[in-house]
Amino acid sequence: MFSRGYKTVVTVPPLAWVAVFLLVPYLLMFCYSFWSVSSSQTIVHSWNLNNYQELLAKPVYWETLLRSMWIAARVMLFSLLLGYPLAYLLSFYAGVRKDLLYQMVIIPLWVSYLVRAYAWKTILGADGVLNTSLQYLHLTSHPMDFLLYSPFAVVLTLTHIYTPFTFLPIYAALEHIPRNLIEASHDLGASPSQTFWKVIFPLSIPGVLAGATFAFVLSLGDFLAPLLLGGPSGIMISNVVVSLFGAAYNWPLGAAISLCMLVIVVSLLFFSEKLEKKWSFS
Amino acid sequence: MELLMTGSAANPSGPRWLLAHAALVFGFLYLPIAVLILYSFNGQGVGGFPPQNLTLDWYRTLFGDGAIWDSVLNSLWVAFAAMAISLTFGIPAALALDRSQFPGKALFRRLVLLPLILPGIITGLSLLMLFNLDMVATVLKWITGQRLSLLTITLGHGTALISVATTEIFAGLQKLDRAQEEASLDLGASYWQTFWRVTVPNLKLPIIGAALLIFTLSMDEIAVSFFLIGRDNTLPLEIWGRLRRGITPEINAVSTIIFIFSLVTIVFWYRLRVRSEGAAEVGTELIEPAEDEA
Repeated sequence: MFSRGYKTVVTVPPLAWVAVFLLVPYLLMFCYSFWSVSSSQTIVHSWNLNNYQELLAKPVYWETLLRSMWIAARVMLFSLLLGYPLAYLLSFYAGVRKDLLYQMVIIPLWVSYLVRAYAWKTILGADGVLNTSLQYLHLTSHPMDFLLYSPFAVVLTLTHIYTPFTFLPIYAALEHIPRNLIEASHDLGASPSQTFWKVIFPLSIPGVLAGATFAFVLSLGDFLAPLLLGGPSGIMISNVVVSLFGAAYNWPLGAAISLCMLVIVVSLLFFSEKLEKKWSFS
Repeated sequence: MELLMTGSAANPSGPRWLLAHAALVFGFLYLPIAVLILYSFNGQGVGGFPPQNLTLDWYRTLFGDGAIWDSVLNSLWVAFAAMAISLTFGIPAALALDRSQFPGKALFRRLVLLPLILPGIITGLSLLMLFNLDMVATVLKWITGQRLSLLTITLGHGTALISVATTEIFAGLQKLDRAQEEASLDLGASYWQTFWRVTVPNLKLPIIGAALLIFTLSMDEIAVSFFLIGRDNTLPLEIWGRLRRGITPEINAVSTIIFIFSLVTIVFWYRLRVRSEGAAEVGTELIEPAEDEA
């Protein structure tokens, strides 16, 4: 029913825009990662693998990458531990309060990222809200100064930011489970915990995978929370990239690290999508 | 459901445990927001317990702070322009994914959605590399006098948020009854007339929803803007600059105002979405990319 002309008009402009502003930039990043910087700080357009060799040779790079993945993995785990039971409660027990509670989970999602990271900074600092409250209540005599500027602060803040993100797909998956399957499980004599582990949980796995991937991927690339709350021990791989694009002025090396991140992220998305398909029953 | 309830009534520790857990999670989610708002009224600055000398001074300082309001205007400008770009290309992109077959369609779909799931730093830096190309930089300087400016931020936001426009509107198209468009075409309306008089009115809710989402996301965006900033700051970057210099409750005050503003937008958006498709689907479009082959 739609003519060739109609299809061309709706297809070509977005295709052209996306090619110029997404495809070309990502390809440029790919090219940059094989270039180098001369001593006079200009980009040398000769192709080589030096940047990648440097990444492998210098432990600081891959150690930071591993540390970032470890931070991201903890954020993912805590977001799941916080998000799953909440989604389960909302989906199965919330009754008429479901809508209200659901809105209450997504509202923090829309509070500025920066503002929430900043709020944690004011809570965790040596003279912050937490320490001064504890001292006021005479629970501690000295401020705990290990809370802020640590990987702990980064994990806590990112967990706060990504828990609602993790909650959403799990909740959607739980909501889509046909309720008669659960009734059938009860009718056939399964206990509530058997019903949960044998019926509900397996059917919610696609949601868990989507939420987990989201939390992991977005935490892995974060650089603002580490800058604000991480201190020297909380530096993540994106901070290294930021400094390579700034003061250290080595765009090609920065591009090589970014490309490694891109490959990790895209392959995670790919596998997660495959697994989600495998576990979805519809 | 009823059976499940009776099943758990025999084992009440299940729900009770879940309730305690939920209370904890909500406490965790809202504690920073509560602290933020409370300390925007604290005369003694940020931190210190209990809060003392409650005052509106920080709001007064804020309203007299020219730099903040300049950055708010910049952010509004960027958000509206980004909204225009994302919708201009997102609506046809959704139509193309819904109705057109072309080589590279699967790649195109993935590419459009990528900025939504990729860490902002990757999108930001790759755009920085584009704007740094001699040819592109010349054009940018010719338009604005600078290589990086609010224009580059707008292009970045507009491009990254095409993903939001496309997913929202694609979801709307899936529910659209094609017979209406067919009838319009059969009765002699042109494609252009059909688009404006049948397609767009039917997609009113997804389009408004996408516009609101794009607006809110752009107002708050920092990871991409961080790399594309010129002389003029957007609001999040202005706040970021101040955080690096030291913290005052003025930041709490401006954050509180942003919070209230976003809250109003969200509630409005949520009402709109619930009216069109029911509560369970709201928000999931951010997580689940549209599946056109499914």
